Amino acid sequence: MTAISETADVTTRPDYPEAGADTASPRLIKQVRERADRTFRLVSSTGGVIVLAIMCLVGIFLTVNAVQAIAAVGPVEFLTTQEWSPETNHFGIAAVLTGTVLIALVALVVALPLSLGTSLFITEVARGGFQRTLVSIVDLMAAVPSVVYGLWGLAFLQNNVIGFAKWLSTWFGWIPIFAVDGADPANPLPNNALYGSSTFIAGLVVALMIVPIMTSMMRESFSRAPIGEREGAYALGATRWGMIRSVVLPFGKGGVIGGTMLGLGRALGETIAIYLIISPIFAINFHILQKGSNSVAALIALRYGESNGFTMSALMAAGLALFILTMIVNFTASTIIGRSRSGAESEA
Amino acid sequence: MTEPVTAPVTFDETLHGRRRRSHAAAALDAAPTQVLELPPPPAERPATVLPRLALDENPADPGRVAVGFSRDDVLSVAGAGLAGLSVGLIFTVVLGIIPTGWLLVVSYVWFVALYAVIVFLRNPGPAVVDRFWSIMLWSAGAVVIASLALVIGFTLISGQDVVTQMFAADAGGLIDRLHFFWQDMGTVGPLAGLEQGGIFHALVGTIEQIGIALIITVPLGLTTAVYLGEVGGRLARFVRTIVEAMTALPSVVAGLFIYAAVIIAFTRQFNGFAAALAITVLMLPIMIRSADVVLRLVPGNLREAGLALGAGQWAVVWYVVLPTVRSGLTTAIILGTAHGIGETAPVLLTAGVTSNLNFDPFNGPMTSLPLAALEFVKAPQPEMRARGFATAAFLLVVVLVLFVIARIIGGQEAGTVSAKQRVRLTQRSRGTLARIQANRREHESRGSADDGEGMPPGLEQLFQPETDPPNLPKATNE
Repeated sequence: MTAISETADVTTRPDYPEAGADTASPRLIKQVRERADRTFRLVSSTGGVIVLAIMCLVGIFLTVNAVQAIAAVGPVEFLTTQEWSPETNHFGIAAVLTGTVLIALVALVVALPLSLGTSLFITEVARGGFQRTLVSIVDLMAAVPSVVYGLWGLAFLQNNVIGFAKWLSTWFGWIPIFAVDGADPANPLPNNALYGSSTFIAGLVVALMIVPIMTSMMRESFSRAPIGEREGAYALGATRWGMIRSVVLPFGKGGVIGGTMLGLGRALGETIAIYLIISPIFAINFHILQKGSNSVAALIALRYGESNGFTMSALMAAGLALFILTMIVNFTASTIIGRSRSGAESEA
Repeated sequence: MTEPVTAPVTFDETLHGRRRRSHAAAALDAAPTQVLELPPPPAERPATVLPRLALDENPADPGRVAVGFSRDDVLSVAGAGLAGLSVGLIFTVVLGIIPTGWLLVVSYVWFVALYAVIVFLRNPGPAVVDRFWSIMLWSAGAVVIASLALVIGFTLISGQDVVTQMFAADAGGLIDRLHFFWQDMGTVGPLAGLEQGGIFHALVGTIEQIGIALIITVPLGLTTAVYLGEVGGRLARFVRTIVEAMTALPSVVAGLFIYAAVIIAFTRQFNGFAAALAITVLMLPIMIRSADVVLRLVPGNLREAGLALGAGQWAVVWYVVLPTVRSGLTTAIILGTAHGIGETAPVLLTAGVTSNLNFDPFNGPMTSLPLAALEFVKAPQPEMRARGFATAAFLLVVVLVLFVIARIIGGQEAGTVSAKQRVRLTQRSRGTLARIQANRREHESRGSADDGEGMPPGLEQLFQPETDPPNLPKATNE
């Protein structure tokens, strides 16, 4: 009490460190984890590292095993040769890679409008229990084994779609990709075998297999379109389609592109359905309606039996090319999706 | 008239406003009320009559906004559909201009055109565009559902030969009838009829391979998913990127990898274990990804509540996070299993093809259901093809059953509990409360004399052994 009364009219400043003479620094917060937590973190991160190692091993093993074959013919010839005859040291992936991409493109052309429409239907039109049922149906579609799709394509779709393929090639044969060599529309007994086992039929089956993944990615991004903008569009007098075009589609653009890329990745890697349907040829065939096509995955499934060391190495090289292609497509897809996601959240 | 409330308002009473208000009301009630003596209104005098409309007490709202389909919408769709179908029938069946197979396509095109015209007759341009695109969206959904129905229906119907044989009159006893599931193809010739042979070897192979794959995938996958979701860090982000890219790993590449890494390097022969490893490589990313998605749904406040109660990270994960998403994780595992069962290409490259029964996953080729279906169908004999389609149908049924189970389990959201679960949780927390009370009683009987540290008043009330706990719902209510 006495000290205060003595200096009653003098303002004392607390002796904080002056600016400049400030040597104070934030206290280092040291987190001491208990033993159970340390063990938990160690075990779980070990799990993560093991998974990472497995995934990296896939690439490493393929590369190591492919080197022998690629070195034997040289990378340029490997990429430009159409034949596949490792026994005579004359092989390349030009034909199979083109076939893979063509089948995937046909699948995308069919699957893109289908999945775009389905995802918009699920998010914008269907409501309540119907909506949930549709989501389940699309998920179920993803769970159906590829061998079932392949059998269906082989035994059902092929017979039923040949008429359409014939019609397409008769009327649009002047477009090069729809042309069929040896087809004669004037022939009263047309040779249906010309139109079977084609890129087109394989692409149709693969389209069904990639619809679910594309639909679910698009559905997710469409359902993120902010409710405020939706109602704003309605308040300005937009119809439902007007609202979809001006709000939902622009907001979901990233999801559409990313989902399409993911679907492309799946289509490139599809094996058994293509293996069952196509009749393999080793020449670049741009006529998608014509019998004869090929894909990297089908080539591997077809030729793995001749397990001579060098032919196996050649197959590994083909597998490596497929692996690199799908990884590029997938990384691009996940980057696009990730970017669109963060963007949508900040704008919402 | 109003006597001011003169009672001193204590600090306690300002805190409890409700009590204070009731004091004031009591004071008002206590005040004497003066009743005004008014003369009764004379009955004959003309009084002012307010004009009143004879309205209902609660007039029904006419519903200015119509939700759903109006009669106009329904009729125009139905009419356009009928008209389109008729035009299609005229072109294909009656006139024969277009082959009959095109009936649906022609009818559909005419339906869309007629519907657009009908809408245009009564509505402005934007409505026509809107209706047109609505039809397109409906069509896309219908095409997808119809394709799936076709795939499933065709596969199930294609397997009918074997089922017919199973229910044939001369098929013998129950065991003979079900021979398709317990005989293998080892001693069955290519031309043998459907009354011999079956898929037992493939069934054994699938069960063993998927079992081994699950033994590896479930612990590793869940650990990694927990690592991604709970531990985090830069490495976890990198692992997540790689895992997401690997979900689309071509299945044949996984087969090639195991072929190079296991068969060429170690076993030098096809075996079931290698196939299981190949399936593992494919199932791991799918399972990690779906488990990771599920773990992200755990509400952050649950985690924080656990941490605030003093639990460590491991305790929070084990007692809070994992039980919350148990159903979601089960769904992820079942769906991963469904995907794994259907994998064909990696098994083709690693397990080899055989028609013999083989129980040993480490020695000799061992086929699986999809692979057996593939091999059956490649054979030229109609019996073999029938077996192939029956195998595919059986595989499809297995996948469908797994899918339905997964949907039933995964129907509930993370963090919500069913009525039965709530009863169980309530009982458990009543048990905990009883234990705490017992501890408390023992503590008080032992050491009530030595220190005067009492409990805060609220807690003391909670620990009264006789009273019902205030915040717990009665277990019998649910």
